[in-house]
Amino acid sequence: MFSSEVIQMLIKGIGETLYMTLASTLFGYLFGLPMGILLTISDRDGIRPNSILYKILDVIANIVRSVPFLILLIVLIPFTRLIVGKSYGSTATIVPLVVAAVPYIARMVESSLREVDAGVIEAARSMGASTFTIVTKVLLVEARTSLIVGVTITLGTILGYSAMAGTVGGGGLGDIAIRYGYYRYEVGIMAVTVVLLILLVQIFQTIGMKLSVRLDKRK
Amino acid sequence: MAQIEVRHLSKTFTSKDAQVNALKDINLEIEQGDIYGIIGMSGAGKSTLVRCLNYLEKPTHGEVWVDGRDLGGMTEKELLRQRKDIAMIFQHFNLLMQKNVVDNVSFPLLIQGVKKKEARKKARELLGIVGLEEKELAYPAQLSGGQKQRVAIARALASEPRILLCDEATSALDPQTTASILELLKDINTQFGITIVIITHQMSVIRKICSHVAIMSQGEIKESGLVNEIFSHPKTREARELILKDIDGEGAVHLAKPQDRLMEAKKIRIVFSENSSFEPVIANMVLKTGRPVNILKADTKNVGGIAKGEMILGLPEDRKLQQEIEDYIRARGLEIEEVTGDV
Repeated sequence: MFSSEVIQMLIKGIGETLYMTLASTLFGYLFGLPMGILLTISDRDGIRPNSILYKILDVIANIVRSVPFLILLIVLIPFTRLIVGKSYGSTATIVPLVVAAVPYIARMVESSLREVDAGVIEAARSMGASTFTIVTKVLLVEARTSLIVGVTITLGTILGYSAMAGTVGGGGLGDIAIRYGYYRYEVGIMAVTVVLLILLVQIFQTIGMKLSVRLDKRK
Repeated sequence: MAQIEVRHLSKTFTSKDAQVNALKDINLEIEQGDIYGIIGMSGAGKSTLVRCLNYLEKPTHGEVWVDGRDLGGMTEKELLRQRKDIAMIFQHFNLLMQKNVVDNVSFPLLIQGVKKKEARKKARELLGIVGLEEKELAYPAQLSGGQKQRVAIARALASEPRILLCDEATSALDPQTTASILELLKDINTQFGITIVIITHQMSVIRKICSHVAIMSQGEIKESGLVNEIFSHPKTREARELILKDIDGEGAVHLAKPQDRLMEAKKIRIVFSENSSFEPVIANMVLKTGRPVNILKADTKNVGGIAKGEMILGLPEDRKLQQEIEDYIRARGLEIEEVTGDV
């Protein structure tokens, strides 16, 4: 039904989408995980309360999350050019994706870590555990299941964002859907890209949930 | 110097619109090897007090000395090291739910930088002591409450502490399990010479294993001393209330209906020591005076290995007769104390 060129293009699109999503999530966690940890421990009832640090991170997270992603994409063009050297294509899209993902991930991590039983943290403190030990050996371990669920949700969200980046030449399945489906009225191709995007989200979700259930030792 | 010395300790919690004086001028001395009970109703401040003993809570005023060192004068680092000597167990066990039993017990050792393999080996030995060797690979969610507390005890012992703080450690357990955990704590105390501080609201816990007790109410220690003495001569109202409540809790005999109790002109409490419980004193007394007395409560219990009997009698209204009865009991070498209020 499609020419081999179109199929080639779709395969390339899947590759680009996966590349953007996975790389953005990875870099997002590189910054978002520490930010979420800092938010958790610096909060008033955290293990290292620090109201100034908490307020600063809190405000940053809220500001970035309030800006619509498309606006962020455009505003960040000079910054993207500075880092990647160009402002279009999949690699360039990773920059605004990471910027948008970091505060989102930080909030996810924060809410996961908050679920950890305060009693277990107190027990670790009573054993003389340092803040660092409590974070690495108690918080992250006990919140493991919830953190993995967070990664799963984040992957789905970033996949959606990456498709949005297609509107400004970001590459990937979103780009194809816009160019062929929207500008050229090729409904068939658009439908296929949308189905592919749904399948990808479905796959991430299934793997993530299976993993989190398998790793949960609470039952 | 005592192993734990608390001097003029107070703790005030300040929130936006209120100040709560959780602890008021607490003084306490706990000797090496004691099993020291701190009892009180909820809200008495005992949990705050026990957290001041390892500085999980920093006191507002006053000092805590452990093994001759002032915890308040320590740097953060010294304090973390000091906590290795002061282990703690909790009402809700507070185990790592995502780690298996042997890793839970290894945890304090890993914090101290012991190699994983060595830590596991030590953890297995400790699981032997608490009788859970075969559960080493189970996860806490698969264990019963009593087993979880045993794991927590093994974990507490891992750092070879000199002091073990127990915060309502048996309050979430049924009576049989409570008894077995208390037995284990007593064994640990004798076997390793670890000083144990027990926070509880159950007098039965104090009676079963404690050598000393402090009675707390509204942030203050009302009375403290040897369990034996406090049980026989409670000086304060708080102590009497707790002891009476204990009788209720342990299937004691209630012989009078509530409405009958109100009619009694005078109530006295008699304490039997180990000898006098053999002689049928009350029966003999009734025969001699020819007048019945109302037995409101009667109970015998094991206090630190000595059989202690206790009885509360309602005496007839006649003053002369009351005197006669009291004299008779005193002549038998028993102690009498007037009880006021509702029994």
